[in-house]
Amino acid sequence: MSKFTLRVNGQSRVVDVAADTPLLWVLRDSLGLVGTKFGCGIGQCAACVVHLSGAPIRSCMMPVSAAAGAAITTIEGLSPDGSHPLQQAWCELDVAQCGYCQPGQIMSAAALLANNPHPTDSDIDDAMAGNICRCATYHRIRAGIHRAAEIAAAAKEART
Amino acid sequence: MSAALQAPLDRRSFLKIVAMAGGGLVLGHYVRPAAGAGPAGADLGREGGLFIPNAFIRIAPDGTVTVFSARPEVGQGIKTSLPMVVAEELGADWRSVKVVSAQLDPVFGPQFAGGSMSTPMSYTLMRRMGATARTVLVEAAAQTWGVPASECEAADGAVRHVPSGRSVKFGDLVAKAATLPVPAADSVRLKNPKDFTLLGKRIGGVDNPKVVTGQPLFGIDQSRPGMVYAVYEKSPVWGARPLSANVDHVKSLPGVRDAFIVDRTVPAGEVTGLVPGVAIVADSTWAAFSARRQLKVQWEAGRFPSSSWDDFARRAGELATASPGAPKVAVVRRDGDVDRAFADAAHVVEASYSYPFISHANLEPQNCLAHVHGGGAEIWAPTQNPDGARKLAAEVLGIAPERIEVTITRIGGGFGRRLDSDPVAEAVAISQKVGAPVKLTWSRTDDLQHDHYRPGGFHFLKGAIDAQGALSGWRTHHVAFGSPMGADEFPARFVPNYLQLSSDLENGIPQGPWRAPGSNTYAWVIGSFLDELAHAAGRDPVAFNLAVLGDRDMVPASGEHGRPYNAARMRNVVRQVAEKSGWGKPLARGKGMGLGYFFSHQGYIAEVAEVTVSAKGELRVDRVVAAVDVGSQIVNLSGAENQVQGSVIDGLSAAWQQELDIRDGRVVQGNFDEYSMLRIPDAPRAIDIHFIKTDYPPTGLGEPALPPLAPAVCNAIFAATGKRVRQFPISRTDLSWS
Repeated sequence: MSKFTLRVNGQSRVVDVAADTPLLWVLRDSLGLVGTKFGCGIGQCAACVVHLSGAPIRSCMMPVSAAAGAAITTIEGLSPDGSHPLQQAWCELDVAQCGYCQPGQIMSAAALLANNPHPTDSDIDDAMAGNICRCATYHRIRAGIHRAAEIAAAAKEART
Repeated sequence: MSAALQAPLDRRSFLKIVAMAGGGLVLGHYVRPAAGAGPAGADLGREGGLFIPNAFIRIAPDGTVTVFSARPEVGQGIKTSLPMVVAEELGADWRSVKVVSAQLDPVFGPQFAGGSMSTPMSYTLMRRMGATARTVLVEAAAQTWGVPASECEAADGAVRHVPSGRSVKFGDLVAKAATLPVPAADSVRLKNPKDFTLLGKRIGGVDNPKVVTGQPLFGIDQSRPGMVYAVYEKSPVWGARPLSANVDHVKSLPGVRDAFIVDRTVPAGEVTGLVPGVAIVADSTWAAFSARRQLKVQWEAGRFPSSSWDDFARRAGELATASPGAPKVAVVRRDGDVDRAFADAAHVVEASYSYPFISHANLEPQNCLAHVHGGGAEIWAPTQNPDGARKLAAEVLGIAPERIEVTITRIGGGFGRRLDSDPVAEAVAISQKVGAPVKLTWSRTDDLQHDHYRPGGFHFLKGAIDAQGALSGWRTHHVAFGSPMGADEFPARFVPNYLQLSSDLENGIPQGPWRAPGSNTYAWVIGSFLDELAHAAGRDPVAFNLAVLGDRDMVPASGEHGRPYNAARMRNVVRQVAEKSGWGKPLARGKGMGLGYFFSHQGYIAEVAEVTVSAKGELRVDRVVAAVDVGSQIVNLSGAENQVQGSVIDGLSAAWQQELDIRDGRVVQGNFDEYSMLRIPDAPRAIDIHFIKTDYPPTGLGEPALPPLAPAVCNAIFAATGKRVRQFPISRTDLSWS
């Protein structure tokens, strides 16, 4: 066991775990942040996507030793009150069915929108192809990302 | 239960569902408050200053209406839709409704989620629950004002006296209502559906805000103080017991608390009970996963250690050449003289179809949190069948089911897998041994290799077209893995000369209901072969299929377990889907449209797929149009559309990409790198859904929109390329053309 200091959702957290523990299990078992989901354990389903220094990563494949020190954002920290444009759009369009994959979908989509505020369908296909939705909510995921882009653009306009 | 008896389930699921549904719906049973709501009896209706007209509803003085959702939420949207039904009849303001997931409690009646039966079984009941509460609130207001109750109505969370315009909020009626007698639920007046203001609207899922912020809703998210983490290794070859294991070494590994063999001989044919294996209990999931990599187990041989798909296919082919009545070839149904029909036919077509075993692949791997203590147990489980889970846990623990409390969590995908409770059995067995709360988590490999699979199958067909271009004969031989096609499966009853044969392949493969059991493959076999016959007859597939459906409106069931087929409803959706899809429009080479339709789970659904196949054989589904008749009322339009979209894409994913290879008595695939799930780029570009309202009771939508998709797509592929797909997955067929 080794001690690691993680910066998760703006807070500093110290964990004492085996160095090869994937970030996923540190988040879920050690820190109680269970919004990040276990689906496959080999980076194939993307239910476990979090942001590491702003980039989307599969936390089931990232040893905690490699994540220490970097800023980690999970679905719980995407916005202070669930008001990220994607979270708003997801509720507005009733995207989820079972909902299990949706934190990973939203985290992948958030990384997309951060780099590309007005993605095309083709951009969305490219950015979201790693995320499995077993209930197959793909149409609403696509619509949700477009809607979130609108919400974000309207908010930006209101600020300027 | 008459409605449920019509549900097209295989026999095994059918018997299970009937057993789960118990004595049916006795409205009088619903007056006791739910567990935790305080003492029953004399205090009913007034406990805690609330108005509690029945187990499902509590109204507080601040106007909050709490509605209990009794059925597991598996993604089908039931936690939103059934409370909407209550709120509609109650006249509640939806914004004041708080939905709470119920514990397992007999007061709620049947609590399983399966067979698309929650809506048909609960729709009228939920209306009555809401109407009962509304009747009492109206009476309370009328007495307060000294006016006839008939002059008052409830809407938007208030009762209004229509002649005077006076109004009082529900919350202000709670104290009075709690003193009034609650009328029998079957005596109250229900709303005229014309006056519905909530049902049929798009309402977002009540848990959406929690879903999008990652709150701990699912089984795998649960925790208890002092909880330990378990994994459970079973033999990859089904049915094999562990003979020995290096548990002492495993126990010495970091973070490991315990490791032990759980031994048990599984009776032949049992797939739902405790499977023998080796448990590892650790301080964290990762410690358990890591220790498992060093676990070495000697397994016994297993029940069918040599079963392999290629052998099954070879044996099926041999059986297909045998005569009716030969050993292992049962005659399931015989109408008219099929041999004469073939002899007299203008065209005879023969074809064989096959499909592999596939997995449910719920994205939330199987799991369960269990705490066995004090002679009883607590279970937190993502189960579609909480009562079955409790009974199985009771059997494993050797205690009475009443000593077990079950908390039904949100479920990360069901599709039928979670009607079976084997992970619950494992978790309670481990918790009993270690004396602590245990969270058992299956790996993805456990999940794929110990699923209860959608069975594969082989169908050998021969059809006759007479001189008038009509379907005159149909011979079908289903070589199955234990669940043969029923005697009333379409187009039985619609063809004058019909012969259905059945053979069974002995196997030890665990199987279970997978979304629209039976129908999910039969619809493709039948719908594809009908399309072959239409083309052989030189007729348009829509016209040909409408002719097969005939001119009778209601076709009665012919067997004990058959079900009536409303041909008028089916012809209607076929015509509607043809019209809405622009059927018959000219298309370029490489593009095609195909029709699929099927009656399942009480729903009449037709779909047209429009596909593009490149010359190199790359498939794209451009559009799917669905005409959906599930009765008189769509409860939640948003949820209903979600179910149809999901069924269409799930059906495409299974048909196009999914296949498990069975070799040496086990599944070969171990994770999503080897087992393909459809992803967003391959989803159809558009899905147009048309709900066709008819004058029949509302029925469920979790399943019936899936079966028509595969025949629609494969018939469209034929139209586009001339290539007939007779084997799943579609990806195995070369679709290139020149």
